[in-house]
Amino acid sequence: MQQTTQPSERRKRRIVWFIRTYILGNKEAAIGFFLVLAFYLISIAVTATKGRLLPYDPIQQGVGSPFAPPNAHTWFGTDQLGRDLFSRILAATPNDALISTFVILVAGIFGGFLGALSGYKGGLIDEALMRVTDIFFAFPSLVLAMVIAVVLGPGLTNMMYALAIVWWPTYARLSRGEALKVSQYNYVESARISGTPTRTILLKHVLPNVIGSLLVYATLDIGTVVLTYSGLSYLGLAIQPPQPDWGSMVAIYQEYLIYAPWMPLFPGLVITLVVVSFSLFGDGLRAAQRRHGG
Amino acid sequence: MLRASSTHNELVLETKDIRVYFPVGRSLLKRNRQYIHAVDGVSVSVREAETLAVVGESGSGKTTLCRAFVGLLHPTSGSIYYKGKPLESFLTGDRIRLEGKVQMVFQDPESSLNPYMKVGDILSEPISRRGFSRKEVVDQCSKILELVGLPREFAERRPSELSGGQKQRVSIARAMISNPELVLLDEPTSALDVAVQSQILNLLVELQGVYGMGYVLVTHNIAVAQYLADIIAVMYAGKFQEVGPAEEVMARPFHPYTKTLIDATPSPDPKIRNLLRIIIRGESPSAINPPTGCRFHPRCPFAQDRCKTEEPILREVMPNRFVSCHFAEEIDTALLTESK
Amino acid sequence: MQNGEVLLRVEDLSVNYHSEDAAIHAVSHVNFDIHKKQVVAVVGESGCGKSTLALSLIGLLPAPPAEVTSGKVVFEDKDVFSLPAREVQRIRGTDIGMIFQEPLSSLNPVLKVSDQIGEAIAIKRSRQTKRRELKAYSYKPGRLPLESPYRKLVSTGRMGHLRRRMPQEIEEQMIRALKLVRIPDPERILDRYPFELSGGMRQRVMIAMALSEDPKLLIADEPTTALDVTTQAQVLRLMMELVNELNTSLLIITHDLGVAAQIAERVLVMYAGVIVEDAAVNDLFANPRHPYTKGLLTCLPKASKKVGKLGSIPGSVIDLRQDVKWCQFADRCPYVMKRCREESPKLEGDENRVACFLYS
Repeated sequence: MQQTTQPSERRKRRIVWFIRTYILGNKEAAIGFFLVLAFYLISIAVTATKGRLLPYDPIQQGVGSPFAPPNAHTWFGTDQLGRDLFSRILAATPNDALISTFVILVAGIFGGFLGALSGYKGGLIDEALMRVTDIFFAFPSLVLAMVIAVVLGPGLTNMMYALAIVWWPTYARLSRGEALKVSQYNYVESARISGTPTRTILLKHVLPNVIGSLLVYATLDIGTVVLTYSGLSYLGLAIQPPQPDWGSMVAIYQEYLIYAPWMPLFPGLVITLVVVSFSLFGDGLRAAQRRHGG
Repeated sequence: MLRASSTHNELVLETKDIRVYFPVGRSLLKRNRQYIHAVDGVSVSVREAETLAVVGESGSGKTTLCRAFVGLLHPTSGSIYYKGKPLESFLTGDRIRLEGKVQMVFQDPESSLNPYMKVGDILSEPISRRGFSRKEVVDQCSKILELVGLPREFAERRPSELSGGQKQRVSIARAMISNPELVLLDEPTSALDVAVQSQILNLLVELQGVYGMGYVLVTHNIAVAQYLADIIAVMYAGKFQEVGPAEEVMARPFHPYTKTLIDATPSPDPKIRNLLRIIIRGESPSAINPPTGCRFHPRCPFAQDRCKTEEPILREVMPNRFVSCHFAEEIDTALLTESK
Repeated sequence: MQNGEVLLRVEDLSVNYHSEDAAIHAVSHVNFDIHKKQVVAVVGESGCGKSTLALSLIGLLPAPPAEVTSGKVVFEDKDVFSLPAREVQRIRGTDIGMIFQEPLSSLNPVLKVSDQIGEAIAIKRSRQTKRRELKAYSYKPGRLPLESPYRKLVSTGRMGHLRRRMPQEIEEQMIRALKLVRIPDPERILDRYPFELSGGMRQRVMIAMALSEDPKLLIADEPTTALDVTTQAQVLRLMMELVNELNTSLLIITHDLGVAAQIAERVLVMYAGVIVEDAAVNDLFANPRHPYTKGLLTCLPKASKKVGKLGSIPGSVIDLRQDVKWCQFADRCPYVMKRCREESPKLEGDENRVACFLYS
């Protein structure tokens, strides 16, 4: 009962189906998706306009009286130097967006490819990779990231490298697991029988099947990067004041918690919100994948 | 060399004493290593335009044997010759360079085709990198689709849009597109309904009639084997127990296991009901520690002391009929069905 | 001739599955009887609705996607669909036993055999024992998981300690059940986990569980499809012997015409949710009437390719999402007439019935 349809129409239908199933498929995925979208849009907007859209200059002191609670002028209140909290929080958004996306992309691509190769080929390459990732896993990731950050020095870019180094082994392992499974599939064997070179087999047969799981895991994981980065920033290893950064803001403002609770509260809440939205989106994707068989 | 066939067609595949053992566990001491004796000494040959059916149940080693034939597995010992040249000469490291002359069709239509690829791309994979122009490749794909009874437009479809039978046709097309001389069929119709199975079997016979390739059919279904095969080899616990021309083996099996298999297959004729009369004992043998002597002896009603200690060799008891049993000439396997 | 009383009567049963876009008419207006001590086979290809039919007889259909849109099932004069769930559960455990295709997924892999058979017996006994004994088995009445229908038969409870506190009589009954299915050394088998057993043994354990309370009807859904040929022969032989010994009726669902020919007295041929032929086994195979049955029989592999091509049935099964008001097989039938595309043929006949306008 296959009707002949135009290829372009079929493609459109598949895209619509994809959106409906995975993104809007359930409440969590939908809410998460829009929050995540907002997160990225804000980051892009802030960076592209170089901060001109912000109500106030984030490092400008005295835009309002210090320790002002949330009011009509400064929606989230001001800090001890009279800087607008709302602008600071918005201004710090691109940091987290950039670093989390970068880390996940690098870890995912590098780790993913390495893991797929290792899973498919097996043998010595596989053993080598497993031992290397074992070494990485032996250290608590946070501590390792701290050590690397201290060695490289503070700053956003150094933090990106530090976190990427800590993050890739997980993706390698994940990818390897999937690749092991896929390598058993008949069509991979058929490709081997036909004499297809390994590189092509990996690209055309193994990786497309691996990417699905990696993607779902990655969406959940971005939030974890944000959280970890905020933690490291809290410890003062990332962006230095007066530049705004959520984690460091929490660190600096926490002593005023009783006196001016909005100060540490809002950055903390924003971190939570971002992590939760990625988590929701990732969970929603997982649920959709399970229901529709990936 | 084992020659159960009466034709004099050219030899496509020839194997001598193949053994494939898989290590179990990861014991560092080679002494304590245990092995699964998947294939334990198989010598057989296949000719052009001929079908060899390897019939066995699960655990008999037939699938492992099939994979060894095409180079997906390296035999632990023994040799495989493809048209006179050793198979190793076609393998460089991990790559199989048979140029599509040996191909395989798999059992499960679902995992035989990459769901992310279009049918056209799937079909062109065996002939890509051979210097054909884009147009030539597309033409070949169209021709092969027609050959297997599918419309040309299917080249644009993806596997998820095809039925099980159509997927299997695409698998066959993919195997045939490179003009193979030998095609290995690993349970090609076991996952299909009866009505689809008959179409696929007809197609396979037709293709062989036109192109003259050799088939190695691996199956547990003796009815399918009987239909397609010129030569039947019955496999049990990693070894061939009986080899011979199909009609003769089915009509008058020498080996008790062969007779058991034939009897156990439920025949679609209610007037021949022998389920309550056949003698089947025991369970499949362990692959790690196969029984001593004749592997079938724990289950064989005719077993003698000699069978427990001495392993029989596959020998020619009649022209073109090979049996692995000490008492092949004396046993009448018809006795395995109690007459009431 | 079918003699004896009617044990199970199915009248005009229709079942739909609701998917996202449409309703799939899995079973349409099915009528048949099963008599006492009778072996009936339902044969058909994949997707014809035979498994749905089997599940619907004992209320194991996953209720949200599946819906019984018409008809009734009468077991021993009781209308199964109008009974309360508890009562259906009781019938399911005691009067009707069920065996499924894949014993690996029907048996709980983390429970020993003794726990599973014992649980089945305990559940049936629970209505007769006191509360105190119930607690000993940690059984909570009414709490059955809603996942696969197979799991519904065996509740997942905290049964690890069951064996140690198992009353003598339950253990004896289990050993009796295992001996019934000809398992050698039953005491040892009780202590095993499902993965330690071979496929054939697992299937025997399932049969033992199904038969442990002397059911009147045994429903087997593709019981031997996952087994080797020789194991299949052993299990089929066992089922035939048991049916004779225990005076149980057997309804066996299979796609294998050979199995039906060897074991059944009566064969129902299903196609696209409809029974197209219902005949005594010898009549069906010697003289098939419905074009689909005829086609199926010609598709079976012959003795050799030299004899000729195998028959085939052109085309493919119609989309079950359509509520078809004419013959489902019309597009593939070599004898199709004008009438076949206008009306739905009904099952007609006395001893042997067929749903085809060629015969009305």
